[in-house]
Amino acid sequence: MADVHRLIVRYIPPLRRYARALVGDRGRADDLVQDCLERAWSRVDLWRPGSDMRAWLFTIMHNLHANAARDRARAPASAPLDDDAIALHVRPAQEDGLEIRDLETALARLPEEQRAVILLVGLEAMTYESAAAVLDIPVGTLMSRLHRGRERLRTLMSDATEPRARKMT
Amino acid sequence: MTESPRPVTDADLHAFVDGALDEARRREVAAHLAAHPEDAARVTAYEAQNAALHVLFDPILDEPVAEALRGPARRGVPRVWAAAAAVALLAAGTAAGWYLHATVGTGSLEAAAIARRAAVAHAVYAPEVRHPVEVTADEEAHLVKWLSKRLGAPLRAPRLSDQGYDLVGGRLLPGAAGPAAQFMYENSSGERVTLYITTELHGNRETAFRYVDTDGVGAFYWIDGPIGYALTGEADKPTLFRMARLVYEQLNP
Repeated sequence: MADVHRLIVRYIPPLRRYARALVGDRGRADDLVQDCLERAWSRVDLWRPGSDMRAWLFTIMHNLHANAARDRARAPASAPLDDDAIALHVRPAQEDGLEIRDLETALARLPEEQRAVILLVGLEAMTYESAAAVLDIPVGTLMSRLHRGRERLRTLMSDATEPRARKMT
Repeated sequence: MTESPRPVTDADLHAFVDGALDEARRREVAAHLAAHPEDAARVTAYEAQNAALHVLFDPILDEPVAEALRGPARRGVPRVWAAAAAVALLAAGTAAGWYLHATVGTGSLEAAAIARRAAVAHAVYAPEVRHPVEVTADEEAHLVKWLSKRLGAPLRAPRLSDQGYDLVGGRLLPGAAGPAAQFMYENSSGERVTLYITTELHGNRETAFRYVDTDGVGAFYWIDGPIGYALTGEADKPTLFRMARLVYEQLNP
């Protein structure tokens, strides 16, 4: 049993990272992680030893999130990040051309179903099969959301950088 | 090189970025990219998105686990939950190979956070071909002076040539709240190790060398007084350890 607890604890940081990136709002994200951990702890007997603990936890969290979203029904798709979260992540402009702040803004403008896929694959480095299982969608649907999401990000980010480039010349 | 036998699809481009292709197909897609700059630009953009996601959200990994378990203050902490948190903290401590003593414990957690930030910085800059560093080793004196000033501590760029690694240069990085520094070294095969240095510690302390392996990238990390270090690279553990010793000995003559 101690091993299972240890396994769960190991995945708290990635769960929190994913939740924060997915819902933007820090309070809501932390609530989601907390609910997920409570659920996992209460159902730890259902976890099959040897199976993928990370996938199990992310699936629990995704289901809780989907239920909460249904409850909120007409709530906005994504709340803006709070100032603290933004201030924490600001970094100086680098020569590598990664427009970090632009990405944060663009990410928040994606439909959540695309954002979830981009985060599970691009940030959590899940296989397509694992990510599809977590979201309970076919791999083909996952690939199509991944493609639309990444293309949309690319468009949003090039829109964001071009006016700035003009201003500098 | 002839055109790939199978047409390259959007799905192939994503799978290329995500490392999901077998070697044969990966080569075919790579050949396709060499001949199709527009697709290559898309792949580059997707890769930049992934790298930026890590820069943006990886700092969240550094937040103490205990905070997640305590949960938002407004909800209060059920007694059973507090007990679970205590168990979990103990489990986290043993899992990582140490126990949570009052002071040593925070040092260890803090050091582990340094190792994680160092791993991210290594992952972002070590593969960089054109701009691996902000200031090159040609201007070492300037580099060291600049980074020392920004970090508020007298730094030095240790010599690792005994292990075949020479200084490439360094850069200033964002740490958790303030600046951090990265020195980069390279051997004759082009393999790189980075030394991450931070001064944003809570008090003076010393920790032993600790080792962590993240997806084949190893790091030795330690705290020495007001400065935290992490030496990160793909080199095998004994080699990395010898280099960490070299760094430590040169900084503590």
